[in-house]
Order: sequence, then structure tokens, then C-alpha cells
Amino acid sequence: MSERRFYIDPSRCIGCNACVQACAECDTHAGVSMIHLETIQRGDTVQTTPVICMHCDEPACAAVCPADAIKRTSDGVVQSSLKPRCIGCTNCVFACPFGVPKYDAAIDQMMKCDMCYDRTSVGKKPMCATVCPSQALFYGTPEEIAERQGSPINAFVFGERTITTKVSLMVPAGTRQLTVRPDAVVRKTDLLTNTRTDR
Amino acid sequence: MNDRLRQDFPIDWEEDHYVSRREFFKFMTLASGGLAAGSVGMAAWAAIPKGERTFEAVRLASADSIAIGGSLAFRYPRPQDICLLIRREDGSFVAFSQRCTHLSCPVEYQSDKDRLYCPCHNGAFSAKDGSVLQGPPPHPLPQIMLEVREGDVYAVGVRHGGEA
Repeated sequence: MSERRFYIDPSRCIGCNACVQACAECDTHAGVSMIHLETIQRGDTVQTTPVICMHCDEPACAAVCPADAIKRTSDGVVQSSLKPRCIGCTNCVFACPFGVPKYDAAIDQMMKCDMCYDRTSVGKKPMCATVCPSQALFYGTPEEIAERQGSPINAFVFGERTITTKVSLMVPAGTRQLTVRPDAVVRKTDLLTNTRTDR
Repeated sequence: MNDRLRQDFPIDWEEDHYVSRREFFKFMTLASGGLAAGSVGMAAWAAIPKGERTFEAVRLASADSIAIGGSLAFRYPRPQDICLLIRREDGSFVAFSQRCTHLSCPVEYQSDKDRLYCPCHNGAFSAKDGSVLQGPPPHPLPQIMLEVREGDVYAVGVRHGGEA
């Protein structure tokens, strides 16, 4: 059996928040969830997607950290900030293209999803993946995910920068990479405005 | 610039020189343990009695040539080791290193007080066994072991005394 990987399938997300709650159950950060649900386009749809750390091959959060507090272990997992080093500057919060790091003002420290390192490093599934009722968060082998519709991608194009990640995103079959173009987002309100202008 | 920055502050955990509290205390424990063991070793080495060392016998003088209360300077066992042969009031021969154990001034024999006197800092040693009688010297004078063979006095070794 090949190595298990983490997959996000937004089309399966039913917005139940079970993953968020399960994350908060973890002993290493009890009561504080490291992940959240993102609404895709709030005005048009109720569709949500879980946002977990993608564990970039070139982690922007670690690259911008002035205190050298964010480390990646040899298995490619970008860890939460080291408590003795983090200065709470929130550089990583702004730098992350996926909006993953969370600054906790109460303890003046950034904490982020570390793929439940206490669990996955000993062969268990992450908390969120164990509770997801629709398996929008799936932790398993590439063979298992190949039986699903859609294909996994782990390359995201932000302008001139392509970011590859350890975690994969399920997209319609045949798609190789996802080009993120914030300027091309069409909002319902924009459409209405245009319609009015056209009159 | 960025590459050199990443050499010092690598993102990957294994390339970092992060010293955990456990590693730090492991180092401290081993280092202090090593120092303690070293101190015990040094103390044990110092406790081994150095005692007597014999060297090649060297004829110093004929016994008759030195008067009662007289002395003779000689060098033994090395040319730079200045020594003093003394004939005490009872006619016996003793010899000591002439180098004061305080700051290495040469001592002189005072027959009337039967002692070796160091004029530099008023130190004095017994002419009987070289032990410190007064003054700052921290150790007794090393004694030169003598033998009288057929009327001649020979130096045969050096005996280091203990603490003052």
C-alpha cells in the first residue's frame, strides 16, 4: 500500500463544521480549531469548503517568518510555530496564499494546522478526516482516490508563482493545475451593477 | 542574500541547529559529569605518593674534606638543579635542593641555628629533614639522598617531601 495522502474535495463539503469541531477537540490545542470552513461565494451559493494547511513545498509562512519559528519536518509537514520563537508578528497570516495560519492574541502566538502531527506521524488519520461524514476531507492512498470522480491536483498558480503542495485538491477530471485569478472573480453584485449601467 | 539567509535560518527542521531543552541539559549533565570525573582523576593522581627517585650515583666529595658545620654546593641530578651538601654538628651528612620552594631563591645553611635560610622572604627549613620552619614556603625542600662509600659522599637520588 502506498503512502497515504491528504485530499480536499470541496464538491463533497456539506458545511456541517464537524471537521472544525473535531480539530478543536485535539489535546495539543484544546478548544481552539486550527481549520475553518470557507464559503465559496457567499452571495450566490451556500457551498463551503474546509480550509486546512496545504503544506507547501516552499512554505510562504516560513519564508516570511522573521523569528525562524515555522519549521517543516522531513516528511514535508509544515509545523505550527515554535512557542519560544514566535513573536506574534502575523507575517505568516498575511503571507499564506490559502489563509491557513491563525494568530491567537490571547497567547500572542500563531498556530496552524499541522495535519494532526501527533496522529499522522504514527499512522493515524487526522482528526478532521476521521469525522468528515461526506469525506470531503479524505486521508488515504492515491489508489483509493483514483476510484472517485475528479482528479487531484497540487499545483496552484498565483500570478507568476506556481505553488506546489503536499495536500491535494480534487478538481474536475483533466485539470492539471489551478490558476488563481482574484481579479477575474465575477460577483453577483457586479453583474447587477453592469446590468444597471447597460440600461 | 536569500540563500545565505536560508543557510542560517533553514525552513526544514533537520537542517536547523535547534537545541531543545532536553539536548541542552543532556550536554550540561555530560559536561559537568566529565568535569567531576576529571577532578576525581586529578585528585587521585595527586594523591599518589611521588616519594623517592633514584638517579645515577655521583661522587660529591670525600667525607673528610667538609668540616663540621660546613657546606658544599653541587648540582644534582641535572646541571640546573642546584643543591647544598651539609655536614651537621653531629657529623652526619644531609643534602637538599638549594631552590626555595616559595619563589626559587637559593637557600643558605646557618649552622648555628641548624637550618636552611632563604633571605628573600625570611623562609627557613629544618636542616634535619627539610621541613618548613617559618615563612612562606609551601613545601619542604626536596632532599638529596646520600650514601657514604669508602670515605666518599655520593648523591644517589631525590626524595620529595609532602605538604608543608
